[in-house]
Amino acid sequence: MSSAEMTSGDYIAHHLTNLTFGKKIDGTWGFAADGAEAAQMGFFALNVDTFGFSLALGVLFLYIFRKVAKTATAGVPGGLQNVIEMAVEFVDGNVKGMFHHKNSMIAPMGLTIFCWVFLMNVMDLVPVDFIPHAAALIGIPYLKVVPSTDVNITMGMALSIFLLVLFYSVKMKGLGGFAGELALHPFGKWGMPVNLFLETVNLIAKPVSLGLRLFGNMYAGEMIFILIALLPFYVQWTLSVPWAIFHILIITLQAFIFMVLTIVYMAMAHDSHE
Amino acid sequence: MNINLTILGQIISFAIFVWFCMKYVWPPLVAAMEERQKQIADGLSAADRAKADLGLAHEKVAEQLREAKDQGAEILDAANKRASQIVEEAKDQARVEADRIKLAAQAEVEQEVARAKQALRTQVASIAIAGAEKILRSSIDEAANSEIVEQLAAEL
Repeated sequence: MSSAEMTSGDYIAHHLTNLTFGKKIDGTWGFAADGAEAAQMGFFALNVDTFGFSLALGVLFLYIFRKVAKTATAGVPGGLQNVIEMAVEFVDGNVKGMFHHKNSMIAPMGLTIFCWVFLMNVMDLVPVDFIPHAAALIGIPYLKVVPSTDVNITMGMALSIFLLVLFYSVKMKGLGGFAGELALHPFGKWGMPVNLFLETVNLIAKPVSLGLRLFGNMYAGEMIFILIALLPFYVQWTLSVPWAIFHILIITLQAFIFMVLTIVYMAMAHDSHE
Repeated sequence: MNINLTILGQIISFAIFVWFCMKYVWPPLVAAMEERQKQIADGLSAADRAKADLGLAHEKVAEQLREAKDQGAEILDAANKRASQIVEEAKDQARVEADRIKLAAQAEVEQEVARAKQALRTQVASIAIAGAEKILRSSIDEAANSEIVEQLAAEL
């Protein structure tokens, strides 16, 4: 990637290509040389960069919170404990406001989602070239640093939540109850095919919108940072600073929305419509 | 933008992270916060109790103060009464003493007067006798006329 000969299109494409590990066409395993080769690898490939950052950030979140949780005192909390308690209280308040069933998993899950997604989004504020350039110096050709701009990451979380929705729907209402909810709902039993169609679309739309909303927002934000980075260096700050400030709002908001929708979907899975 | 194994990896890590958070992060934090909430609630109710106690103590103090004041006033009254009584007694004693002294003085004065009169009387008698002697010269016998002279002296 000698930047002198690089066109804008190359630059953007480079920034949007994952470091993918998988089975190449010639049968050997290794990192894809470019986006086209990564696409050929099909399903059995791993986006090492986004998944790696995602894991690292998740571990960072758990490490910090666990460290504080171990030494948590009921007395006067220190600075870090204060921050973490604020996060916990915030999530707990949201869960208590929206989820009225007994399930001790929802609140910790909400906290995990909020903090993890937030951390993944925060990577967007790292100037777009810092980490990829540093990686290039040690021979890594592609590196996407914002996990939530990878649709695999966001859809992975959304699908996890979808599976939980299915699980709790069946667990709380029984298979029949859940099927009845799908088949009998808006129009009664005579409109069963229509009901089934509408409710299925409704059900599928939840994870799809959940995952794609986060992905779309972060992808668009990242894309704007990349476009700003194409400008001459002396005008970049006039755009990147306001956008970064605005983006602080977006990354927090998207993490919050993801958490709230998760809680709402879980509450809906627990609610029976009787 | 390929869907690949990353999605599964993310699902698995999500499950593990949520499990870890639920098991090792959430409970101690929430327990600490609830404990603190309890401590604060206890502290507040203790403060309320202390306030009520303080109110009671204030009332008690005021009551005791009032009692003490009343007692003080009583004692002062009694003392005043006693003082005026003592003054009266002293006055009476002084009056009695004064009377006694006056009487003694009067008696002494009278005695003195009587003695002076007596002395005067004898002197006058002797003067009278001497006078008479000078006048009568040898003719008058002192013994024979002493009765008359004494009578004269008694009349002075």
